[in-house]
Amino acid sequence: MSKLEKRRSTPVSRILIYALLSIVSLFSLFPFYWMFVMATSPSSAYNSIPPTVAPGSFLVDNFNKVLDKIDFFQAMWNSFVVCSIVTIVVLFISSLAGFAFAKFKFRGKNIFFTAILLTMIIPPQLGLIPQYFLISKAGFLDTLPGVMILFFLNPLGIFLMRQYISESVPDELIEAAKLDGCSNFKIYRSIVLPIILPAFATLGIIVFSAAWGEFLWQFTVLRDPEKYTIQVALAQLSNTQNVDFGMILSGVFWATVPLLIIFLLFNRLFISSITEGSVK
Amino acid sequence: MHAESNKEKVRKKGDMSVYQVPRKKKVRKKRYRSEEKKDMISGYLYIAPFFIIFSLVGLYPALFSIYLGFQKWNGLSPMEFVGLSNFKIVLMDPLFWKSVYNTIVMGIMGTAPQLVFGIIFAFLLNLAFLKFRNFFRVTIFMPYITSMVAVALIFSVLFSDHESSLVNYLLSLAGVDPVNWSSSEWGTKIAISIMVFWRWVGYNTIIYLAGIQSIPNDLYEAATIDGANKFQQLINITMPMLKPFIILTVFTSTVGALQLFSEPTVFLGNSAFTRDEAMTIVMYLYRDAFKLQSFGTASATAIILLVLITVFAVINTSLIAGNGRKKRGENA
Repeated sequence: MSKLEKRRSTPVSRILIYALLSIVSLFSLFPFYWMFVMATSPSSAYNSIPPTVAPGSFLVDNFNKVLDKIDFFQAMWNSFVVCSIVTIVVLFISSLAGFAFAKFKFRGKNIFFTAILLTMIIPPQLGLIPQYFLISKAGFLDTLPGVMILFFLNPLGIFLMRQYISESVPDELIEAAKLDGCSNFKIYRSIVLPIILPAFATLGIIVFSAAWGEFLWQFTVLRDPEKYTIQVALAQLSNTQNVDFGMILSGVFWATVPLLIIFLLFNRLFISSITEGSVK
Repeated sequence: MHAESNKEKVRKKGDMSVYQVPRKKKVRKKRYRSEEKKDMISGYLYIAPFFIIFSLVGLYPALFSIYLGFQKWNGLSPMEFVGLSNFKIVLMDPLFWKSVYNTIVMGIMGTAPQLVFGIIFAFLLNLAFLKFRNFFRVTIFMPYITSMVAVALIFSVLFSDHESSLVNYLLSLAGVDPVNWSSSEWGTKIAISIMVFWRWVGYNTIIYLAGIQSIPNDLYEAATIDGANKFQQLINITMPMLKPFIILTVFTSTVGALQLFSEPTVFLGNSAFTRDEAMTIVMYLYRDAFKLQSFGTASATAIILLVLITVFAVINTSLIAGNGRKKRGENA
């Protein structure tokens, strides 16, 4: 086997493969590094030829300019509130429905389940205009609940939860709890929930990051700078006549770094959430 | 003797059960029934939240959009039924066709290379001898964590029109004149396609990697013994075994590419809705609705978009699925 292994990949081809992967990594990382360079350089650095490629000392100055233009911390907070509430609600709705689909018998179960999967086909743009008027009629325009309500719909979440619950919650456990006189909701709360916590981490990451990065709906509903989420606020940075690149990328830098740190700490969880979310 | 006594036992047992069945069955059935009913109520109750929210903010708006496609409406005055005239207006508008063209061109340039490179990267990342595997995996995946708005802003600086923008500077080293990345026909499309590629290639790589890891190892071992090299293995084992994953990514990329909105909108900033070089179908829809207050034509555009997405998704996925089938047939 070791002989085979040796013949299979010569040192030269190994070096080539490492070189190729290093170039790919560089290609992936460079825009992040460039963002840091621009975020720390004075706006004049942008006009220099050759371009600046080393970080400067204007990190704070540029960020102060960002604060002049948008309410950065308010926007980060708004995004955080929206995404947290959305995640909690979606986890609750999905696990409850997933529990029902996995463990209960009721008429039309398969039809309902298929219907939920079919809703994934509807492109979000189709209902955009009526959704806008609906939210505005209900008085939710320019409010965070108005942003959230669309994100509560998550067919993928129900699908994943049904899958996970039917695999990992034994029927005997539920039967035993029933014999002890537990109500169905009590079974959900004290038996199902503790078992599916790991799946909550996966689904939670999917839901939170999807809501965090979504743009079209937030851009449509939020017009009042006070209520901007971070995506809408960042988009305003380039919406001026005299574009200041250092300022723009400083805003992007401070909005992105917290996410990158969380990602680097939990990268395995993030990556497995993607494969579980799409492959299952 | 033995057999007889056994028979006797069976009969006796049978007799006994005949006696006991009526009582026992009644009790069991009653309890069973009430439990069944309870489960049924819980079942409906637990799936209700999704359907309530869906009918309110999903189904109703979708149906209303279709209704609105046949009305003339500026959002304030009463609606007026105009038949198919909204569709006629949209389909006769050169800007609409320009947006369809832009969307398809950027879709092909931005997503097709992703799928090819995604498979290659995943194949390399799965090589047995590879060290620092997780480092490479994390760096390739990192762009996906960044929001589309952030990516578009970073790229708007990398690809600015200035002579001194990094990309233009690198081009000048190669003797190429500076490109107007935010205002020329191909400049905008290339910049936006590269941006889409950069953000999504890692995502597809991770999906393919999961697919590759589900391929049994002995297939590769057998091929190695038969003298197949790495490239032949990639073509003859990895690709056919990955087919379901390729179909999945082709489907999601097709749907995603036709819905392109955030990247060009943020990349172009001020000029997003006034220039046409990178206007996509969804941007055209947004402009009709929220810049021109023509909600009828915007809804008609949404319906046309739905049709386009369905048609392209079906064509692309069946093309890929059919291709694989042909290949397998040849092999056999």
